[in-house]
Amino acid sequence: QLFFSYFKDLVGQEVTVELKNDLAIRGTLHSVDQYLNIKLENTRVVDQDKFPHMLSVRNCFIRGSVVRYVQLPPDGVDVDLLHDAARREARGA
Amino acid sequence: MATTTGLESLVDQIISVITNDGRNIVGVLKGFDQATNIILDESHERVFSTKEGVQQHVLGLYIIRDDNIGVIGELDEELDASLDFSKLRAHPLKPVVH
Repeated sequence: QLFFSYFKDLVGQEVTVELKNDLAIRGTLHSVDQYLNIKLENTRVVDQDKFPHMLSVRNCFIRGSVVRYVQLPPDGVDVDLLHDAARREARGA
Repeated sequence: MATTTGLESLVDQIISVITNDGRNIVGVLKGFDQATNIILDESHERVFSTKEGVQQHVLGLYIIRDDNIGVIGELDEELDASLDFSKLRAHPLKPVVH
């Protein structure tokens, strides 16, 4: 639930999603759901020459279970806030 | 809306699906459910290789189970029409490894 809320706050930011099949997709975070499925807009594949498979795709839905990393802009994150929230969540659990 | 990523907006659109075994299947999204199982009509698989241009295998009406789905992309038909598939060379996508 913590990360769901966290990603909701990140909507509108540019992120790069790296998938478990090594594909990396850059785009604007449009929405997220409880399974951490991600919808990206204005997408471009990071290494277009290596992965031409999505050249004509501009918006996509990424299943949460295939995400390896979500790369965020460094100033888009309030690390202290996240740190506190995580600590509280850990205490609650 | 930030809280529900529905696939409703993609119904009746041409989409490109990347499956967990590394395949790329293109077709018209006819339906989906809460678990993201999807129904794809007029589907064809695009096979990329490093030796020859892209091959297309026609599949017809398909149901793709949600646990095999990686990415569902909205295909921009204009962009897609501008691609020269006979010239594209690429390694096939890798399968998803958990």
